[in-house]
Amino acid sequence: MTSQTAHAEPSDATDTDTDTAAIAVDVDRVSKIFRGETEVRALDDVSVGIRKNEFFTLLGPSGCGKTTLLRLIAGFEPPTMGAIRLGTRDISRLPPNQRPINTVFQNYALFPHMSVAQNIAFGLEMLGKPKAEVQRTVDEMLHLVRMEELKNRRTSEISGGQQQRVALARALAPHPEVLLLDEPLSALDLKLRKDMQIELKRLQHETGITFIFVTHDQEEALTMSDRVAVMSAGKILQVGRPRDVYERPAERFVANFIGESNFLDATLSGGTVELAAGGRFEVRVPEGVRDGAVSVLVRPEHATVHSGEPGEGEIAATAENVVYSGEATVVHLRLATGEAIKIRLANAPQGGEAPPRTGGAAAIRIAPGAVTVLRD
Amino acid sequence: MSKQAETPFPPGALEREAEIADTRNRWLLSLPAIVIIVCAAAGPLLVMVVYSFLTPGDYGNVKWEFSLDGWTNTIVQRDIFDDTLIWADAHLSIFWRSFSLSLITTILTLIIGVPTAWFVATQPPGRREFWLFLVTVPFWTNLLVRTIAVQELIRSEGVINLILLKIGIIDAPIQMMFTDFAIGFGMTYVYLPLMVLPVYAAVDKLDFRLVEAAHDLYAGRWTAFRRVILPLIKPGIIAGSILVFVPCLGAYVTPRVLGGGKNLMFGNLIELQFGAGRNWPLGAALSLMLMTAVMVALIFYVRITSREQADG
Ligand SMILES: Nc1ncnc2c1ncn2[C@@H]1O[C@H](COP(=O)(O)OP(=O)(O)O)[C@@H](O)[C@H]1O
Ligand SMILES: [Mg+2]
Repeated sequence: MTSQTAHAEPSDATDTDTDTAAIAVDVDRVSKIFRGETEVRALDDVSVGIRKNEFFTLLGPSGCGKTTLLRLIAGFEPPTMGAIRLGTRDISRLPPNQRPINTVFQNYALFPHMSVAQNIAFGLEMLGKPKAEVQRTVDEMLHLVRMEELKNRRTSEISGGQQQRVALARALAPHPEVLLLDEPLSALDLKLRKDMQIELKRLQHETGITFIFVTHDQEEALTMSDRVAVMSAGKILQVGRPRDVYERPAERFVANFIGESNFLDATLSGGTVELAAGGRFEVRVPEGVRDGAVSVLVRPEHATVHSGEPGEGEIAATAENVVYSGEATVVHLRLATGEAIKIRLANAPQGGEAPPRTGGAAAIRIAPGAVTVLRD
Repeated sequence: MSKQAETPFPPGALEREAEIADTRNRWLLSLPAIVIIVCAAAGPLLVMVVYSFLTPGDYGNVKWEFSLDGWTNTIVQRDIFDDTLIWADAHLSIFWRSFSLSLITTILTLIIGVPTAWFVATQPPGRREFWLFLVTVPFWTNLLVRTIAVQELIRSEGVINLILLKIGIIDAPIQMMFTDFAIGFGMTYVYLPLMVLPVYAAVDKLDFRLVEAAHDLYAGRWTAFRRVILPLIKPGIIAGSILVFVPCLGAYVTPRVLGGGKNLMFGNLIELQFGAGRNWPLGAALSLMLMTAVMVALIFYVRITSREQADG
C-alpha cells in the first residue's frame, strides 16, 4: 500500500476507505452544460477519483447526469469546464477512438450487419492487430462470455441476455484500461439480471479492468460495487463503500435513495443526540453539523418493537399497521411526537414473540449505533 | 400415440379441411389483384410480344404475317443494295449511349445525392421537413417544364454562358445543348430526388449510437463510415441507384429536348419506330429488350440483397 493520495475525495464524503490505490480515472471539477432552448447543467462541478481495478458504480435517479458523465469519460462529448485524466494524462480533448476506454452501451449498440464474432473482432481490427491475434482473442472472449456456439449468428438472432454478453465481450476484447457500462442490465428480466450481476463481477475479477458501472437500482449498486458514488441533479453527493453509503449516508437524499429510511427530529449536543420522541444516543457527527436541532436516520431493520409498555431505553409508540411479507413483518408506528416510523422485524418460526397488534401500544428499541445524523 | 385413435376424426382431417378452405379464400381475395395484373400488365405485354413477331404495315400498324425481322433488326440490318447483313451501328451506338449515360447519371446522382441526403437527415427534426420539401419540389413539377428549365441554363444564350461571358472566362458561348453532356446534366437534375429520398430514408433509420460504438472501438471517421455507416445505408443507396438507372435507360423527354435529333437514347429509338419509322415490330422488340435489361438488373439486385440477408 502506498500512502499516496493522488486525488482528493470530495471533502464531505464519508469515505472511510483508507487504502488509497492508484487512480485510473480522475474527474476534476467537471461541469457539462447543454445549451439548447433552455440551458441544462447536466454535471455541476463533479470531482471523483476512480481507482485502478475497481468496480465503481454511479448510482442516481434518472436524469441526474450518470450517462453524461460516462459520455464525457468515453469522449463522445467534451466537458464544458474541468478536466478528465487517465492516470495523470489529460484526455479531455482526445477523441473517443484514441482513448483506451470502451463502453457497453445501454441498448448494446451491436452492429446489426455483423455476426457475433465479427462484432467482437471489430475493436481489435481497428487497432490493427494481426489476424491470428484477433482470431485468438475473439475465441477467448467468446469463451469468457460463454457464447462459443453462437459466434456465427447475426446479432438479431440472439436473445437480449446473449446480446448483452456479446456487447460485453466486444468492449472487453481490446482490453481497455477502463470499461464503462451504462445501465447494462436494466433491459433484462429479474432472473437474468441476477445471473449477469454475478457474471459481471466474475469478468471484472478475471480481467482486472477498472469498471465504471451506471445504475439507478440501489440494490444492484450495493451488491456489485467496491465503491458507489450517489448522484443527484448533476452532483455527486457521496462516495464510499456500499456499507458506508448505506449505514452512514451523509445526506437525506442519499439515505432516502438507498434503502428504506425513518427520519426523526432530534437535538444534537456534543456527540450525543436526544430524539424528540425520547432516548439518547451516541453518534458520529459529520463535518459541518453544529449542535442544535438536527434530523437523524434510523433504518427500519435497525430497531425492534414489541407490544406493551416501554422499558428502560425504549420509546413508546402506537402500532398503526402491521404488514406480513414472508421473510419479515413491517410494523408502521406513530410516536408520541406525531412522527411516523416503520420497523422491519425478521420473522422467526411460528411460536416466537408475536409483533404488536394493529392499534395496540408498543415499545421501540433502537440498536446502539443505529442513529445517523444527517447533514441538511 | 394411442390417444389419436380415440378422436372421432382420423388424424389430420380437421387440419386438411381448414387448409382447403384457406386456399379457396386466398384465391378469392387475390382475384381483384389478378384481374388488374392480367388487364394492365400481362395483356399489353402479350400484345407487344405478338407484334414483335409480325411484319410492319405500310402506314404503321402491323400485317399479320410472321417475321423475325423485328428482332433481328434490333442489332443487324440488311444492306439495301446487296442484301447482306451488317451490324446496325446506329442502334448499337444508341444502346451504348443509353447505358453509359444512365450509368454516369447514376454515379453523379450518388455523388451529389448521398451527401445531400446525409445533410437533410442530420438536421434537427423541425428543419428536416423544410429541406425535404425543397428536395421534392421539382418532383411535383412537370418533367417537360423541368427539362426546359435546364435548357434555359445551358443553351448558348443561357444563364451559364451569359455569366461565363460576363466574367470573361470564355469569349464565345460553349456549345452544351444537343450533346451527351446536356443529356447527362439534365437527367442528373431530373432524377436527383429519386436518389436523395431513399438514401435519406436509410440515413434517417441509421442508429447513430452505432457510429458512436464504432468510434468507441477505435474506428476513425473514414473507417467508421466504410465499416458501419455504408453497409447500413447500402439498401437505400442500391434502391436509389435502381430508381435512377432504370428510368434513365428508358428516358424519353430529357434526351429529346436536350439531346436534339442526333443524340438519341433508347426511349427515343423506340418512339421513332412507332412514329416516323413505321416499324412497329422493331419498336415492340426494342421495348421488350429494354424491359429484359431492366428485369435482369432487378433480379441481380434482389439476389444481392437476399444473399446479404442470409449471411452477414
Ligand atoms: N444532448 C443533450 N442535450 C440537452 N440536454 C441533455 C443532453 N443529454 C442529456 N441532457 C440532460 O442532462 C441531464 C442528465 O442526463 P443523463 O446524463 O442522460 O441522465 P441519466 O443518465 O442519469 O439518466 C438530463 O436533464 C438530460 O435531459
Ligand atoms: Mg442514462
